[in-house]
Amino acid sequence: MSIFTILLRTVLGIAVAVLVVLLSLWYGQNHGLLPVQASEQAPLVDGLFNFMMTIATGIFLLVQGILVYSLFVFKRRRGDNSDAPPVHGNVPLEIVWTAIPTVIVTILAIYSFDVYKAEGGIETMTHPAVAHVHHEQPFTLGSAAYAATLPESDALLAQSMEMPGAVEGSSQIEVSVAALRYGWLFSYADLPDVVDGELHVPVGREVNLKITANDVNHAFWVPEFRLKQDAIPGRETVIHFKPTRVGQYVVRCAELCGPYHGAMNTNVIVHTPEEYETWHQEQLVASREAVHETVAVAPVQTAQPAFLAAHVQELGIQPATLSAFRSAMAHSHQPAAVEAKGNS
Amino acid sequence: MTQAQLQESASFAAPSSETGGGNWREYFGFSTDHKVIGIQYLVTTFVFFLIGGVLAEGLRTELATPESDFVSPELYNGLLTVHATVMIFLWIVPGLTGGFGNYLVPLMIGARDMAFPKLNAVAFWMIPPAGILLLSSFFFGAAGAGWTSYPPLSLLDETKIGEAIWIISVLLLGTSSILGAVNFIVTILKMRLPGMGFFQMPLFCWAMLATSALALVATPVLAGALILLSFDLLAGTAFFNPTGGGDPVVYQHMFWFYSHPAVYIMILPAFGLISEILPVHSRKPIFGYAAIALSSCAISFLGLVVWAHHMFTSGTPDWLRMFFMVATMVIAVPTGIKVFSWLATIWGGKLRLNSAMLFAMGFVSMFVVGGLSGIMVAAVPFDIHVHDTYFIVAHLHYVFFGGSVFGIYAALYHWFPKITGHMLNETWGKIHFVLTFIGFNLTFLPMHKLGIEGMPRRIALYDEQFAGLNLVCTIGSYILAVSTIPFVVNAVWSWIKGPKAPDNPWDGLTLEWMTSSPPPVENFRGEPVLVTGPYDYGVGDRSTEVDVPFSDAQDPALAAGPGSALRADPDPSVALHADDRQDPGNSNP
Amino acid sequence: MQVSSTSLKAELNHSVVAEHTAGHHAEHPDYRLLGVLVFLIAESMIFLGLFAAYSTFRLVAESWPPVGTPHLEVLLPGINTLVLISSSFVIHKADVAVKKDNVPGLRLWFLATIALGVIFLAGQVYEYTHLEFGLKSNLYASTFYVLTGFHGLHVLVGVLLMVGVLWRTRKPDHYSSQSHFGVEATELYWHFVDVIWILLFLLLYIW
Repeated sequence: MSIFTILLRTVLGIAVAVLVVLLSLWYGQNHGLLPVQASEQAPLVDGLFNFMMTIATGIFLLVQGILVYSLFVFKRRRGDNSDAPPVHGNVPLEIVWTAIPTVIVTILAIYSFDVYKAEGGIETMTHPAVAHVHHEQPFTLGSAAYAATLPESDALLAQSMEMPGAVEGSSQIEVSVAALRYGWLFSYADLPDVVDGELHVPVGREVNLKITANDVNHAFWVPEFRLKQDAIPGRETVIHFKPTRVGQYVVRCAELCGPYHGAMNTNVIVHTPEEYETWHQEQLVASREAVHETVAVAPVQTAQPAFLAAHVQELGIQPATLSAFRSAMAHSHQPAAVEAKGNS
Repeated sequence: MTQAQLQESASFAAPSSETGGGNWREYFGFSTDHKVIGIQYLVTTFVFFLIGGVLAEGLRTELATPESDFVSPELYNGLLTVHATVMIFLWIVPGLTGGFGNYLVPLMIGARDMAFPKLNAVAFWMIPPAGILLLSSFFFGAAGAGWTSYPPLSLLDETKIGEAIWIISVLLLGTSSILGAVNFIVTILKMRLPGMGFFQMPLFCWAMLATSALALVATPVLAGALILLSFDLLAGTAFFNPTGGGDPVVYQHMFWFYSHPAVYIMILPAFGLISEILPVHSRKPIFGYAAIALSSCAISFLGLVVWAHHMFTSGTPDWLRMFFMVATMVIAVPTGIKVFSWLATIWGGKLRLNSAMLFAMGFVSMFVVGGLSGIMVAAVPFDIHVHDTYFIVAHLHYVFFGGSVFGIYAALYHWFPKITGHMLNETWGKIHFVLTFIGFNLTFLPMHKLGIEGMPRRIALYDEQFAGLNLVCTIGSYILAVSTIPFVVNAVWSWIKGPKAPDNPWDGLTLEWMTSSPPPVENFRGEPVLVTGPYDYGVGDRSTEVDVPFSDAQDPALAAGPGSALRADPDPSVALHADDRQDPGNSNP
Repeated sequence: MQVSSTSLKAELNHSVVAEHTAGHHAEHPDYRLLGVLVFLIAESMIFLGLFAAYSTFRLVAESWPPVGTPHLEVLLPGINTLVLISSSFVIHKADVAVKKDNVPGLRLWFLATIALGVIFLAGQVYEYTHLEFGLKSNLYASTFYVLTGFHGLHVLVGVLLMVGVLWRTRKPDHYSSQSHFGVEATELYWHFVDVIWILLFLLLYIW
């Protein structure tokens, strides 16, 4: 082999490597797979995903490239029935390809851990540190995308911070969530007699959900928030999040709960602080008017997709059960029928 | 004269006239021949694969449109539950371990049969009744709680009978799998031919050893969970029923303690098969034998301590989530070793691009996608977003279809001549590959995006926004369905009328190629000997290799026995004559 | 339950070496005992799974046993435990006997072991019928009955295996110092059942 061919091959090799790296970096940021970010947690998760996508694209291109290259270059020549050179292994090479994945997964584990911590761990509701999350970059490599989205959410955050506390005392919104086939019931700590089929939250405020289920397992999932938590009968699970984008998003049940599992959707409406205050007042008034009569005209039905309403009978939700359930909910802020063991 | 021919002549292949399997009735009876049982497994499980495929087409047809219009939502849940159960417990697990494990392990280690032939037959004959039982549940309202059967959903009265049937058939299939594992462990530990140490075993045997250990340790825990579940369902206890004080999450732990290892039970044997097929058709030794062998063991062990990564949203405590996340990610290392070793095996080879090789390369290509998305879902924050969505559906199908099923297809093309004594048609094989590859990617690739965007799994009804990609998936699934036709026709036709297969059509070096096609009862006419390692392709002087004469004891360079220069690593325990052999580990003359 | 009886029967009813009568090859050694040993690993994993479930239920519960449910009486199960432990020594006598070609001794010691096994089962039935709670009373009761019941089933299978061995001793030369797989396998299984009981006893009655 002449110096020239060696040189040419080296240059080609480097060029391909650079191309793979550039393609991975580009695709890692431009895959367009993720829905909009509507919570403080979303940019963190997306940063992690983009980072993983970058690495995955690189490995994908490498492996597929080798396979396709081999398909053409190492194809057996016609008439050649001999064997290929006997290479049984190469210890340094094997060490390298053991070490590189080890390093990658170590970085990935640390990064994931960081994101998880920054998200507030989902474990407790007492996590005042979450507000600072923005300013510590969990990991420099992959967080470009999420850093880029920061100004917007920061601005929203700042805006909401300036608003005087809409609700007396706590700055957190506490909501109890009960999942039942095939709907969601939300009751608010500061709206004693209201049970609602949709979730209303103001932008920029920390929201705590205490979730349980009344019949079978369900899961509370808002894709735009990148958050999901199972609703398990007999247990109370907790998630918290801070919505950062005004709008209406779909809450989906993400744990098989029966034939109409796919229709178990409702909305989470992220209000501007003013809108939220208006809604809050309306609810207060409405609930006072309705005291002890028919409890809260909560739009459980309207929250369901239209076709579901037609099936209420089949679904086994008797209107009577539902209203009985609602009143039970209204009287104790805790979801009814749950001997909550208070799993930590 | 290649290495293959050299070994062949040394192994006293039985003349074709002595081959067994002449009587077709044997295949419908209680035969104790591991080859007959292997074929029984392969054919039975393939039939269940087709049935599972029909169920899947039912699901995809329903999902072609957002509304519930093809089947009722109740039936939809039954279809998805039975589809998953059939594919896992009646196709991939028994097909890979029972089918290829039974057929190949004794041949590869030079044994005449499995250690416990009757037990082997018992294990097989539990499968058809269990499968028929499971399918019969459609007449009583099939179980609709998914193959995970999470309580309390699985305890509802609506599907009580179906659920009970599901439990019984899974218990039967689990028992069959445990009995098979006992058999493989004893066979591989005890029945290797003299001179075959653990590190002279073909890699498929390593994979089967690791798989069997997993099945042995993990499956009983599922049995325990199902026993408790059946008490809840039928006797009215409340182990997992919160209304009686039980805890549904305990079931999830017990279930996944088996069902995550089950993933490795389904993929490790496929890894083993690929490690056999790639070297033969690349005409190159496997790259990094020891690393591949030991990584199977590492995966087997790590596979036991990662189960709760299926439960990141179940309210699992944080420290546990972090532990299971790290443990799960660590599995990427041994898996990566395998993938890179396969690539290095192909690299610089002389690839014979026949159907078996194409499927094997397709396996590497598709499995990598499933592996990469697997690392992604190991990361807790991302998994919280995509858990129980179509992203997971895509991921698991890239592992099980792109991985296990491509592996099974590769193996079917590779060993069909050995098993049946007839060659498959190559053209139809390539058509099959292309259709499968396109259909598979069209079906499952878009699901990644669907899941990330917000489509939960196991839903009969979905939002309008997901309609476009779902239609693509459905069309892909039809192509996938059609792709099996060339294979089935090719296999049936070739089995009956295909050209006769030579004993060693691919010039393989493992022992199964050293006997006739199909092998006689008890496999070898004489005592087989090891004259080369399983992957010693191209060892020797390459330019003259085709002219190498028969083994010549006078010429040390050509002698097949101890100290042969043909061996990459001369091994005194591998001698032609039993008298010359030494115990492995005692290499002093 | 399914698991144990099927395989052991399959194991006991045949001998591998007699499998192929074509017979132009050397018979391979008898690996059945190893097979039983490997199988018992699987068996112990069922129990381990159930023990883990029990421990979890217990640790999560606020009070165990629940308020209103009496604690278990230890005396009778304690005697039962001693019965079962001593039976392990007794069955070993049978193994020693058969290895000395003493088939009457084998019969005697197996009969003694069967008697002890039956005493154990009778004790368990007595306990069941005198408890204040039933299977469905509460989680505590359910775990108690299912765990002890599942173990009791194994004891029953063990007794039946011994009866099977005794039945076979009718043929004078069926068991000898050279061939006694059935005896050894049954003994191994019986020891296993014994060890499981000790763990179960500690878990249910002592903890």
